[in-house]
Amino acid sequence: MSDAIRAETVFIGEEQIQAYQARPLDAGAVPGVVVIHHLPGYDEATKEIVRKFAAKGYSAICPNLFWREAPNAAPDDASAFVRGQGGIPDEQIIRDVATAAAALRALDNANGKVGAIGYCSGGRQALLVSTAVDLDAAVDCYGAFALEAPPAGVGLKAQPIKDRLQDVRCPVLGLFGDDDKYPAPEEVARLAELMAQHGKSFEHHSYEGAGHAFFSVDRPSYRPQAAVDGWQRVFAFFGQHLEA
Amino acid sequence: MCTYETETVDIEGAGKGAEGWFDLTRAAVYVDHPQRAPFGHTVNIDFANPAEGPSARVAVELTEEAALALVAAIQRAIAHAPAGLASANAPV
Repeated sequence: MSDAIRAETVFIGEEQIQAYQARPLDAGAVPGVVVIHHLPGYDEATKEIVRKFAAKGYSAICPNLFWREAPNAAPDDASAFVRGQGGIPDEQIIRDVATAAAALRALDNANGKVGAIGYCSGGRQALLVSTAVDLDAAVDCYGAFALEAPPAGVGLKAQPIKDRLQDVRCPVLGLFGDDDKYPAPEEVARLAELMAQHGKSFEHHSYEGAGHAFFSVDRPSYRPQAAVDGWQRVFAFFGQHLEA
Repeated sequence: MCTYETETVDIEGAGKGAEGWFDLTRAAVYVDHPQRAPFGHTVNIDFANPAEGPSARVAVELTEEAALALVAAIQRAIAHAPAGLASANAPV
């Protein structure tokens, strides 16, 4: 078994959306993970996460969700531009993640199982796509505004996912920080209640001493203990649902 | 936290970005995670011209104290100059 990986920019689907892909070169049956980037965009830190999955034996792909609005722009410029437009419509995100999942399943060494993981706004989007895309597992890392729309006047296109929770198609893992305000622990507790009411599998953990973006190694919000434990839970969860 | 909240204002002027000077048409102000400044949250200001694309942007990330001091400095500078000197309607 080789530990070699190949990481590169690819263009996927009929619309040829830009994406960053990293995959093990091993010929064995390999599961896939769609990485959904955070609000700051398709940046270096997110690409590093994609490579991390590949190093752990998953084919991973991160679609550039800002590609249509800001092709070839620097990630920070693209993020600011999209923010100024109120974000990306949910249906476009669903379409791009579905395209990314199909691209993973089409790889010659795919085992057919695909999960999704997202951070920050991508956490909310991971939950969103679990209601609409053919996925086998989803991980929501501190996604906010899952239950309630963003405050009035914000101008964001994001709609609450609350009314779509009955459509969740796969087990969901949620990782949160006790000190986060968006989402606050109360919102996470309500989400867990609603998922239980709908009979959906929702494993969730919240870390003491951690707030938003505790996985972000390049930001002051990084919390090593929460991140190390969080990664262990992510790989245990994906191992259970994607490798079987 | 990601606040997502963005205040935008139409502006007139010019800014110098990575590719040189361009006309400014809009500013966005938001309190959120910075890209570069070593703080959890900053007051982020984008001076931009969306019609010229995402790269037509001058970005700053300031602490709350710095942002408020900047506001006060702008007000003092305008107050110290003859009234209307930098107005869009001032004769050139």
